[in-house]
Amino acid sequence: MNDNFIIITEKLTKRFPMGKGEFTALKGIDLTLDVGEFTGLIGPSGSGKTTLLNIIGSLDTPSDGEAIVMGKSIGKLSAREAAKLRKEKLGFIFQSYNLLQVHTVFENVEFPLLLLDFTGNERRKMVMDALEWVGLIDKIKQKPPQLSGGECQRVAIARAMVKKPSLVLADEPTANLDAANSHNILQTMAKLNEDLRTTFLFATHDEKVIGYLKRKIYLKDGLVDKIETA
Amino acid sequence: MKLAIKLAYKNLIGAGLRTWLNVIVLSFSFVMIIAAKGILVGWDRQAKKDMNEWEIGGGQYWNVNYDPYDAFTLNDAHSAIPSQFSNEIERGDMVPVLITQGTIYPEGRMQSILIKGIDPEQILLKLPTSKLDTAVGAIPAIIGSNMARVNKLNKGDYVTIRWRDTNGTFDATEVFIADIFTTNVPTVDLAQVWVPLDSLQSMLLMPGEATILTFRDAVSQRSEEKNWKLMTYKTLVSDIEGMIKTKSVAQSIFYTILLILALLAIFDTQVLSIFRRQKEIGTYIALGYTRKEVVMLFTVEGAMHAVFAAVVGAIYGIPLLMWFARKGISLGQSSSDYGFAIANIMYPVYSGTLIIGTTLVVLLATTIVSYWPSRRIAKMNPTEALRGKLQ
Repeated sequence: MNDNFIIITEKLTKRFPMGKGEFTALKGIDLTLDVGEFTGLIGPSGSGKTTLLNIIGSLDTPSDGEAIVMGKSIGKLSAREAAKLRKEKLGFIFQSYNLLQVHTVFENVEFPLLLLDFTGNERRKMVMDALEWVGLIDKIKQKPPQLSGGECQRVAIARAMVKKPSLVLADEPTANLDAANSHNILQTMAKLNEDLRTTFLFATHDEKVIGYLKRKIYLKDGLVDKIETA
Repeated sequence: MKLAIKLAYKNLIGAGLRTWLNVIVLSFSFVMIIAAKGILVGWDRQAKKDMNEWEIGGGQYWNVNYDPYDAFTLNDAHSAIPSQFSNEIERGDMVPVLITQGTIYPEGRMQSILIKGIDPEQILLKLPTSKLDTAVGAIPAIIGSNMARVNKLNKGDYVTIRWRDTNGTFDATEVFIADIFTTNVPTVDLAQVWVPLDSLQSMLLMPGEATILTFRDAVSQRSEEKNWKLMTYKTLVSDIEGMIKTKSVAQSIFYTILLILALLAIFDTQVLSIFRRQKEIGTYIALGYTRKEVVMLFTVEGAMHAVFAAVVGAIYGIPLLMWFARKGISLGQSSSDYGFAIANIMYPVYSGTLIIGTTLVVLLATTIVSYWPSRRIAKMNPTEALRGKLQ
């Protein structure tokens, strides 16, 4: 097994109970992702891309097969170990931003650092760096309801990137944004990928995002349909 | 935990009006519980103090036949004062009281009374017995203000009293009302006439005898004496303690209802929060919280209502309760009819134990009702929560 792989999935299967039967969302996915990739899971609704992203993000567990993320088998992690993995190594970007509404931009970005052992000064520097990457230094005291959709998503990117995670998982990050904001966000993420060598894995069916991806993994009905490399 | 407190504080402040409505309702319960309990504590202290000063001193010896609830025992409830108490009586540390049944005839009416004989020179009890030294043609007597009111007697009046001596012979005389005293202890006031001990001993043909011996010192160990039953201070105040305990139980029901209403609002807020804030819950988990940690965060958030309520309650409660403690709460004229020691104006007492105890009870109850709905988070699927799907 190549140590450079940040993600390995082997015959990854996920079934959900549905009525009296079951629905199989993933039907034995075999995948590998190298460190520093800028890759997307592409497919229509119901193809299994969000389910795959959730398992890789240790928010869900496989029904069968294996998902190994940074050497850790997701199915074998305890709740505490999974939380530790997310806390230390993973960053998440969501379609609807999922910012903490009563907290300021600064506090939202600072939040992941509060869960780690950083001093106040370290946190401040890291938050300011992250906000500089996304160009929101002038908004630190504002709260999410005072920001535009594009600004909210940039805050979410800053929050995902502030602890410099090894892997960022982005689920439809541009779905709620207009074209200009989408390109702006994607350029920011592409630059962070270049500068920090952070691995990005997207789940998307947005053509704008697809245009930026270096590798495209097409999913169809819970299976890998094809893989394209730019 | 520090982070949970910080986040909970931020979330509560951010929730705005909803938080403050809950906090105000809870703070109202807080203040009401402390106020109501303070009245009982104040009553307990005042009643014991008054009883100590006016009636029971540090304890009493009762003649073995004496039963304050059975007037028929009075005929036999007397015996010679033991000689070993002579020094104590001489020093003013013990006061003998002789009691007999009698009848008073104010304005041609008749009423059964207790005639009590007491040394005019005693200073152990607050009764103004020095007025019994008044030299007039009749036997000087003092009565309480409620006795005076009921019988329409005034200071300086002459009134006839009748009694039976030790041989069962009826006799009667006029007494002169030398003074009328005001007390919160009805058992030294209602239907009673106090006369000099020597006079009553002569009237009853019971020289050197008494029914009750009241002593000053409640601390030293005393033993039973022949014909005399030792009634400690603790025993003598047990009735009032029992009554306050009963009142306290009744009051507890009242403030439990009050507290439940306030806690219901917090419970409701918690349930609503968990439904409305599913995405936030999912986000906490995605960022590295375990579900248990999110449960703790929501529990701390709910429990923090109690902390805020304590602060808000203190802001308006401290001046209000201090005002009550200084001005007292008037129970009106009717308080004399209760039959036990109770002042017309009650002064509540708010002890540290009462305030800390109430705070802890409210905090604990709030924590429990906050934890109860929060347990649901532990069963949430984080991926569903992130999408804000109702489960």
